[in-house]
Amino acid sequence: MKVYVPLDSAARALGADAVAAAIRAEADRRGIDVTIVRNGSRGMVWLEPLVEVDRGDGRAAYGPVTAADVPALLDGTLKGHGRVEDIPFFARQTRLTFQRCGLVDPTDLDDYAAHGGLAGLRRAAAMSGPEIVAEVTASGLRGRGGAGFPTGIKWKTVQQAAADRKYIVCNADEGDSGTFADRMLMEGDPFSLIEGMAIAGLGVGATRGYVYIRSEYPVAIAVMREAVAVARRRGVLGPDVVGSGRAFDMEVRVGAGAYVCGEETSLLNSLEGKRGTVRAKPPLPALEGFLGCPTVVNNVISLATVPVIFEKGAAHYEAFGLGRSRGTVTLQIAGNVKRGGLFETAFGMTLGEAVEEIAGGTASGRPVKAVQVGGPLGAYMPRDRFDTPLGYEDFDAAGGLIGHAGLVVFDDTADMLKLARFAMEFCAVESCGKCTPCRIGAVRGVETIDRIAAGDPRAAALLTDLCETMKDGSLCALGGFTPYPVMSALTHFPADFATMKEAAE
Amino acid sequence: MPVASPTLDTIRAIVAEHRHLEGPMLPILHAIQEAFGRIPAEAVPAIAEALNLGKAEVHGVVSFYHDFREAPAGRRVIKLCRAEACQAVGSEALSERVLARLGIDWHGTTADGAVTIEPVYCLGLCACGPAAMVDDTLIGRADAERVLAEAAA
Ligand SMILES: Cc1cc2nc3c(=O)[nH]c(=O)nc-3n(C[C@H](O)[C@H](O)[C@H](O)COP(=O)(O)O)c2cc1C
Ligand code: SF4
Ligand code: FES
Repeated sequence: MKVYVPLDSAARALGADAVAAAIRAEADRRGIDVTIVRNGSRGMVWLEPLVEVDRGDGRAAYGPVTAADVPALLDGTLKGHGRVEDIPFFARQTRLTFQRCGLVDPTDLDDYAAHGGLAGLRRAAAMSGPEIVAEVTASGLRGRGGAGFPTGIKWKTVQQAAADRKYIVCNADEGDSGTFADRMLMEGDPFSLIEGMAIAGLGVGATRGYVYIRSEYPVAIAVMREAVAVARRRGVLGPDVVGSGRAFDMEVRVGAGAYVCGEETSLLNSLEGKRGTVRAKPPLPALEGFLGCPTVVNNVISLATVPVIFEKGAAHYEAFGLGRSRGTVTLQIAGNVKRGGLFETAFGMTLGEAVEEIAGGTASGRPVKAVQVGGPLGAYMPRDRFDTPLGYEDFDAAGGLIGHAGLVVFDDTADMLKLARFAMEFCAVESCGKCTPCRIGAVRGVETIDRIAAGDPRAAALLTDLCETMKDGSLCALGGFTPYPVMSALTHFPADFATMKEAAE
Repeated sequence: MPVASPTLDTIRAIVAEHRHLEGPMLPILHAIQEAFGRIPAEAVPAIAEALNLGKAEVHGVVSFYHDFREAPAGRRVIKLCRAEACQAVGSEALSERVLARLGIDWHGTTADGAVTIEPVYCLGLCACGPAAMVDDTLIGRADAERVLAEAAA
């Protein structure tokens, strides 16, 4: 019997290690042959620890499983969900980037290859650099780390730059609240990221790569390090990548608890060993990046999507989506929700569908008040914007941003003034200090919101002015986008700033 | 965490082990903190000398990052997530309870040196908050009892 118990951080946080230990102990006690595979998560966090049992006739899912459930689980008498693929939340998805996550043993390269892995890299190895870049461009892939910049164009700049040394840097800093897709992917299917980085290396002529993982992710760091070692041993990385005659190798680096190091130039400074301050652009990292060399900086999901583009072809990927948002978006449903987790779907689903139908509304059973989309720098979307389709341009038009596609749901007990204050406080704590509107403005922002709360009738206008200054005068999106959560809270939920309103009347 | 007292020899050995890397500073600092539970003052000139940097520059790096501490932490470190998704499921009340029970404020250490408490902004457990981490143990849907019990273990 083969039993799958996720090693994923969320599953562990909900007791997966104790369940795995109980299964081992019970199997030994009964003297039955049980192989335990520590897989990634299937993404249905409300069912974690989600255990799958294969008795030779396919995988049956159970969850949430506790250690006390283990005897019944091994007896086959525990009530389960049937196949994961038949659970409605899973069945509705289009899984491309996450096709293997939770299915395979994360660091078993043969398992990876048996599920479509390495097909993309082998295909890319037979192509020239410009052909590889053209394939990525044709797929329509845009950066999943926040800004949505076309990946093919970025790669082309690096490819055409003349230099002896070029780098691929993967941004795995994932600091946004409500996001965990990067973590899940690295823990559950690390070879996808490695393969994507190797394809990027062959494409632009880079021979070295780094994955910069935030220190808050010990499990992802451990799994990635092991997978890199396996890939090197098996010739996926090294001087002769899958027999192509071309070299690419990579290393895992760990951040040190600074949110701003998710910004790409700050990340590069940090990787070089400096303070994580933001660099002025130009020069673009594509031309002068790590150690002054041309560098591709891409998010985990952007890079981990590259293998499936090469495996199935750019046209296959490009066929999904909406407008200029091609392919799939890996929604992370979080906060106060009945069904939280990772939901991969073609761009185009509306925000309301995701929150009401997929997530099933709030866990508290109370009405949804607001959804913060795109992390701490994203807008709070009120219910009357729920018809907004998930697409970069559509969200922009609705006054929001998709960012890294985290959806944080709040019920009607949420205090929007407090959340606006938190956004300013967070900006003040995490500011790299380079520009005044961000460093000082955020501190003033906290004070101004406190004045609104205290009933100062002029404070709301001051806050609006301050947000304008931060928007216009900040070098990066930390100072520049903090006005999104703040102003969206103020505009869409005036009742929560009512002391201000009463005073004005 | 077993923590050694810093000696210049150990510091130099750690620096030497990482010097060949491209951008060796963060790996060195992480290794030093792993070994001593903090970045001891003696480490700064040793790193500066080996990497051919000014002492102020090294100090500037150490002080920029939230992870590096100049004073030792308590024997166990509790990190409670204060970011938005956890706020949506009651992290603020949880934090207040834990802080009150320990009788300390954020970044504080209990008088007996047993526990330090730090805020953290997201642990990637946003679909099962409130999230906490006690040393390397992750806790989802955390409550005060569970967090304190883990820290006492
Ligand atoms: C304050 C700040 C934090 C950011 N954090 C992240 C992050 O954690 N992960 C990420 O991939 N991109 C982050 N970004 C965006 C990066 O600067 C950059 O756009 C991205 O790494 C490019 O990769 P992509 O094109 O694949 O999205 C952040 C940007 C800012 C301004
Ligand atoms: S906006 Fe803030 S974080 Fe960004 S560069 Fe300016 S000071 Fe640094
Ligand atoms: S917001 Fe708390 S774990 Fe992400």
